Amino acid sequence: MRSSRQKNIVNYLMFGLTGLCTLMTAGILFFILGYLAYHGARSLNLEFFTRLPAPVGETGGGMANAIVGSAKVLFLATLIGIPIGFLGGVYLSEYGGQTFSFVIRYVTDLLNGVPSIVIGIVVYALVVHPMGHFSAIAGGVALGIMMIPISVRSTEEYLHAVPVSLREAALALGAPKWKAIVTVVIPAAIRGIVSGTMLDLARVAGETAPLLFTALSNQFWSPGWSKPTATLPVMIFTYAISPYEDWHRQAWAAGFVLLVLVLSINIIARLALARGAYVPRA
Amino acid sequence: MSTTATLDQGVAPPGGRVVSFRRRLRAGDEVAYLITLIAAGTIFLITALVFYEVFSQSALSRHKFGWSFLITSVWDPVAGTFGALPFIYGTVVTSILGLLVAVPEGIGSAIFLSEMAPPRLSNACTFLIELLAAVPSVIYGLLGIFILVPILERHVVPPLKSAFGWLPIFQGPFYGVSLFSAGIVLSIMIVPFIVSVSREVLLAVPRDQREASLALGASQWQTTWRVVVPNASSGIVGSIFLALARALGETMAVTMVIGNTPQIKASLLAPGDSIASVIANQFTEATGDLYLSALIELGLVLFGVTFVLNGLARILIIATSRKGAHS
Repeated sequence: MRSSRQKNIVNYLMFGLTGLCTLMTAGILFFILGYLAYHGARSLNLEFFTRLPAPVGETGGGMANAIVGSAKVLFLATLIGIPIGFLGGVYLSEYGGQTFSFVIRYVTDLLNGVPSIVIGIVVYALVVHPMGHFSAIAGGVALGIMMIPISVRSTEEYLHAVPVSLREAALALGAPKWKAIVTVVIPAAIRGIVSGTMLDLARVAGETAPLLFTALSNQFWSPGWSKPTATLPVMIFTYAISPYEDWHRQAWAAGFVLLVLVLSINIIARLALARGAYVPRA
Repeated sequence: MSTTATLDQGVAPPGGRVVSFRRRLRAGDEVAYLITLIAAGTIFLITALVFYEVFSQSALSRHKFGWSFLITSVWDPVAGTFGALPFIYGTVVTSILGLLVAVPEGIGSAIFLSEMAPPRLSNACTFLIELLAAVPSVIYGLLGIFILVPILERHVVPPLKSAFGWLPIFQGPFYGVSLFSAGIVLSIMIVPFIVSVSREVLLAVPRDQREASLALGASQWQTTWRVVVPNASSGIVGSIFLALARALGETMAVTMVIGNTPQIKASLLAPGDSIASVIANQFTEATGDLYLSALIELGLVLFGVTFVLNGLARILIIATSRKGAHS
């Protein structure tokens, strides 16, 4: 009798304890959102989106160039990372043999685990050094490489979840395999693939370390693709560690904009996934 | 795999390989196959290139200093002497500190989410934790500088010092930026990774194992602790390795709160430096090939360690989910 009661007490105790862990973990998100909204929204104004950074010592100014710069770098990254990742994912799901697929999956995971700062070094050596200067292109290549692994895995996962019967139906109608893939399998998985791409983009949108010595930064507009380019994450970093009060205010504003952007893409993509995509791991 | 086999039989006629190849070429299948194969091969090449670049670009420093690079502690760009020990020390100490907090919290949360919580609550919390994993590291750094460091300075370090001040790790003045602050920021950042991977390996433990234990009269907690967790243990260890690899390579948040002072002090309250942050801070200012090469060698060290950790983690996680699938 006593041991049974003891058992129940321990059970409730551990329920509470593990629950507390979860509360602490998930609760941090509200702290982050709260602080960013409190400090960031206060510092945010129209100037932030329309003006160039003010010279040191002057207050005011905005980060229009960094917003455009981030968009440019992310555009290039998508252009580089998504085709390779997507086609690689198609290979793994539709064509792959046993051994080579295993190797590619493993290598993809390893690439995913390479610290982002190391990617920065490599792109510096491969792109910045030969070109002779920091550029939006180099930033795009760095983030593009970082997009590949997630794109591969999500494409493979969602293609894999498409039922075999669908493919067999297409083949039975006489379609070659590639046609079956393009017109039947991929459309069936498109919601998952698009959401996966959005999540991928949201992840690299906040990356700072690989941009430090690829895109560098800029206090002015960077026309074209081959000039040092300001991006939001790098601006947050430089402004946050600066000694100027007004720059701190701007860093909060930029942080708020970045966080809202990243989290809303995440929420939209995850809701789209929850509703109606094939559940992976069939 | 069975999918591929069925499809191939559907396309290739039972005739010889040559006929089949020509037919598939005409149908466009070989072209499609080649395009995707090239993409897959590119991924392999990029990973190999990453390794090759950090290896070859660090040659100068590797030849000059040899293994002593890893065990000497003088970092003097002016004199051209480079020893990585202070950075290795800072990286290891902050990561261990991060794990000390993050592992119990993360595993506790994973157990709650997969075993104890009602499904609805579990789904909601999992969603929040996934969002947390998406918060950019520079944001953690921003909060670290302006929110966490003042909190530590005012409410955490003084009581800690009065209680444990006799320990060498809590001695000396506290300026805010320190190994301790970096460790705490890291712990917050890596919890979501431990939770999401551990939760998945726990969920992969077969249902009948749980039911058998419950049927014998064990409580939910007893079942969890004595049956489910041991079954998933190697996967949980895998999740810790993944988190450790993340912590070792984390750059921005650490750079912003660690103090960027290359020194080895027993006290956690002293400022320090880490491998990733010294690269971030000095790479663009590095003058001279040897300086640059030494920084790249630090990158090589980081790459090597995270490479091994990630590899091990994958093996452990794959092994656990296979075990779950078979039994």
